[in-house]
Amino acid sequence: MTTEYLIAGFGGQGVLFAGKVLAYKALTEDKNVSWLPSYGPEMRGGTCNCSVILGDEPVGTPIVLEPDVLVALNLPSLDRYEDSVKPGGRIYLDSGLVDREVRRSDVQVCYLPATALAGKNGIDGLANMIMIGKVLSDLNQYDIPAIEAALKKCISAKHPEMLELNFRALELGREYQE
Amino acid sequence: MSQKVLMKGNEAIAEAAIIAGCRHYFGYPITPQTEIAAYMAKRMPKIGGTFLQAESEIAAINMVYGAASAGVRAMTSSSSPGISLKQEGISYIAGAELPAVIVNSQRAGPGLGGIQPGQSDYFQAVKGGGHGDYHLIVLTPASVQEMAELTVKAFDLADKYRMPVMLLTDGTIGQMMEPVSLDLKVESAVEKPWATTGTEMKREHNIITSLSLVPAELEQWNLDRYAKYAHIEENETLWEEYMTEDADVVVVAFGIAARVSKNAVNAARAEGIKVGLIRPITVWPFPNKPLAALAAKGVSMVCVELSMGQMIEDVKLATECKVPVSLCKRVGGIIPTPNEILEAIRAAKGGNEA
Repeated sequence: MTTEYLIAGFGGQGVLFAGKVLAYKALTEDKNVSWLPSYGPEMRGGTCNCSVILGDEPVGTPIVLEPDVLVALNLPSLDRYEDSVKPGGRIYLDSGLVDREVRRSDVQVCYLPATALAGKNGIDGLANMIMIGKVLSDLNQYDIPAIEAALKKCISAKHPEMLELNFRALELGREYQE
Repeated sequence: MSQKVLMKGNEAIAEAAIIAGCRHYFGYPITPQTEIAAYMAKRMPKIGGTFLQAESEIAAINMVYGAASAGVRAMTSSSSPGISLKQEGISYIAGAELPAVIVNSQRAGPGLGGIQPGQSDYFQAVKGGGHGDYHLIVLTPASVQEMAELTVKAFDLADKYRMPVMLLTDGTIGQMMEPVSLDLKVESAVEKPWATTGTEMKREHNIITSLSLVPAELEQWNLDRYAKYAHIEENETLWEEYMTEDADVVVVAFGIAARVSKNAVNAARAEGIKVGLIRPITVWPFPNKPLAALAAKGVSMVCVELSMGQMIEDVKLATECKVPVSLCKRVGGIIPTPNEILEAIRAAKGGNEA
């Protein structure tokens, strides 16, 4: 089985990092992996997205056009990608930042006020990881050793304190009930 | 086997070059290949190598010319407009018969164009690019693993044949991350008795030049070089075949276009269309033989390119125009979707039945 993820938001929200954690986790599980960032004249505050494909078969095109899972961290991302999600797929919204509901009725939607939740828990800037915690939990992919291994790969050894904070964010996502 | 790591294609090129023994990198920043220069800037000083950000692309290629003359493994990288600037130097390196590796992470052109991926430097890469009669060996990776493996191969081939080798890639493969094993096999070093390493008053001067003012001698030099090219065409052509055995239609594509094409081939197979893929890994030398063999069986071809149709000319030459060859293309930095390629496959299949 192959799952295609599209994570999108503003630059600075940790879109690429979130994709990297997913990719590294799958790598530790010996899956086929591709991670492709949008690149261009992007800047902090501009839009940004990344395509992540994880699965058992070799990855063909690394470009995700019809995601199984869309993580939208802002309204422009939802506007742009809502229609592209596969029927039966999942959309995860930061409901504190996206002030409209998903129009589609053929997808599962999770409204999670991740940025607000991060602020309340003193981990500003880790809304991305809260979302990923929820995604992994819903997909029965919340494997703690693999997650810890992935975080160690993605976080610089110079900032060991970030390991724990990122893990706490993932846990907040896992525990979140709508 | 060593453990796999996630790396960007551009980083894999840089690390593989270091593994291959390259300690001299000269470059100038340009999107979408800047990670190569950034990686080299970080790594080279730690391993006693030279990273030099030149004042221009022209300076960088001439630094490669100089370093290669001294017999060391040298590399430069750039993206389309920067590669155009390097052409004079590349022609000199080819003329002087020096080994060197040049990476072109292509973007959409012409002119300054855009910064999204392209494959429209194909003609420039495979037909020479600068002035005079010469070729580069041109390798086209389609994965991050191949970015690493073909970089090592580029250095080995360059030394073996004393000629510049180009890694022709694009922004997408350069920017994407995939698992890569850096357990790479490097051929043992080639002796370079021609290198200008100082005579120590013990031998005649070695002279590196592309200048020859006696027409008969220059003619012979060209003939000798083309004899070498003929040997390379016979021995170094690489390609991948995917489901071609029973195919009525074959897609021909390299690099990122081949990745997308594979999805389309799988989708077409699911519809019952007998379609395969030929993925040239070297575009010079071009895989004429497998294409000619398929044409002899009456197989139609679909070329998928991120250009207005450049490789298609080589496909038509290889197949001697015996079979229909159609083009599926997007340009401007846009990559064709698997569905667009599937449509082209269906049309080619329909053409067969008509």
